[in-house]
Amino acid sequence: MSDEMIAIRDLNKWFGPIHAVDGVSFSVRRGEVLGFLGPNGAGKSTTMKMITGFLAPSSGTAVVCGHDVNDDPVAVKAKIGYLPEGAPAYPDMTAAAFLDFIAGIRGLKGARRRERLDYVIEHVHLAEVLHQPIDTLSKGFKRRVGLAQALLHDPDVLILDEPTDGLDPNQKHEVRSLIDSMAKEKAIVISTHLLEEVTAICTRAMIIARGRVLADGTPEQLEGRSRWHNAVSLVLSADRAEELRAALAGHDRIVGTEVELGEENLAQVTAFPRGAQSIIDEVGAILRDRKFTVEEMRVERGRLDEVFRSITTGAAA
Amino acid sequence: MRNIWYIFKRELAGYFATPVAYVFLVIFLALAGAFTFYVGNFFERGQADLQSFFGFQPWLFLFLIPAVAMRLWSEERKTGTIELFLTLPISIGEAVVAKFLAAWAFATIAIALTAPLWITINVLGSPDNGVVFAGYVGSILMAGGYMAIGACISAVTKSQVIAFVVAAMICFLFTVSGSPIVLGFFAGWAPQPVLDTIASFSFLTHFNAISRGVIDLRDLLFFGSLIVCFLIANAIVVDMKKSG
Repeated sequence: MSDEMIAIRDLNKWFGPIHAVDGVSFSVRRGEVLGFLGPNGAGKSTTMKMITGFLAPSSGTAVVCGHDVNDDPVAVKAKIGYLPEGAPAYPDMTAAAFLDFIAGIRGLKGARRRERLDYVIEHVHLAEVLHQPIDTLSKGFKRRVGLAQALLHDPDVLILDEPTDGLDPNQKHEVRSLIDSMAKEKAIVISTHLLEEVTAICTRAMIIARGRVLADGTPEQLEGRSRWHNAVSLVLSADRAEELRAALAGHDRIVGTEVELGEENLAQVTAFPRGAQSIIDEVGAILRDRKFTVEEMRVERGRLDEVFRSITTGAAA
Repeated sequence: MRNIWYIFKRELAGYFATPVAYVFLVIFLALAGAFTFYVGNFFERGQADLQSFFGFQPWLFLFLIPAVAMRLWSEERKTGTIELFLTLPISIGEAVVAKFLAAWAFATIAIALTAPLWITINVLGSPDNGVVFAGYVGSILMAGGYMAIGACISAVTKSQVIAFVVAAMICFLFTVSGSPIVLGFFAGWAPQPVLDTIASFSFLTHFNAISRGVIDLRDLLFFGSLIVCFLIANAIVVDMKKSG
């Protein structure tokens, strides 16, 4: 069996006149963590609902571990661990009873069942609320119950719709480490609108808007599409900022410059490179030749939020 | 089969996890008692049988069974758990059957709790226990029929109120389809075979036949096939909702 765990082929979904998902195709391999990025209503959740067999595609299909979701939805569902948006769980059940129910349906038995229950309860930190009804739990714990449920049968494919939504920064970090620790053996798809999350855990990011895939690459490649990629920012005394700007602007590998006045008589001067080439040597040479003293100098990686905004709104980067 | 068992257990426990089950059981027993003793003149009749108890049951079930069934699918849609439930590795058929069986089992528990009445008539006289047994069989079957209707309607909407009202209405039509209320609507223009067909859907006719102690295969088949038909419709509705 190949490493390709999820293969999406020309997936389309119409809700009445609305084309919610418009010809989406991609595949995910074992070891990949794919981040779906996109504004609300972009089609991220709808795509996930079709992969997991909750919604039927209007056309196209998803193949998960060799099973076609249109032909054999039960086999697909058995392979996937799915955290739906909002982490729904039966409110009247206790977390323990709920996980027990899921373990039963997932066919876990005997020692294996105990082992898996212990594993998720420990790793998702549920021990303290195990015997409370789910509707009395905080948002963070509810999300963790949903996550525990998705991980219980140690699935090959994990589909997590906004897994860290509503968690505090510590909980977010824990969930990300957990995803990270499982990344090697599984194919994972997460959706998020937190850009930092993509940089933190995804090996690949896909920007979706209005039902279409607009960009697909590693987070670094996407950052590379930003005009900030490899730009050099310098902080120096405001008196000489304009002089430095003029000196930088004259260089032929620099396409643009910006000055931003800061506090305490300091200013930041940024030079944008032509074609995202590294310009650190050129900038260094200018500083030496013209005898500028700078407080701070850094090379920008590129701003994912800017790339995201420009791609999803269609404006120029 | 294994999946049906797990879902069945969860659903049945779901009734008892909230006060709903207890409220329902108390109201059912109170109303069944009130009808039997005050309206049905249980003592005045001077007969050791449960005719006065079974006679009112269709009317009681008419609105109490839709109240049990209304949450089956509507609540899952409302709380979003439907997305979790239907992405578990189970078939729609298993889900539909398991939910129906759980609700039916709950109704059967309610009916079983009226057993003191059966004991009472045995203390007071010497009833024909075969007839009483047949009455209970009919009662449980009829509850299953109403429940299948209620479950199917519950799958259509996310509002439990709408599910209840619509299901009660349909149950009412099935209950009285042999009476002038329904037949009068068709009598002027529909041919006699149509009228006979409509009349044959009456729960009252079939239930009364069984509760008089005659367990006729035709009556059993009626309730059995009605349940199967509505469960198939239920599965179709759930599947259609997948298309969004």
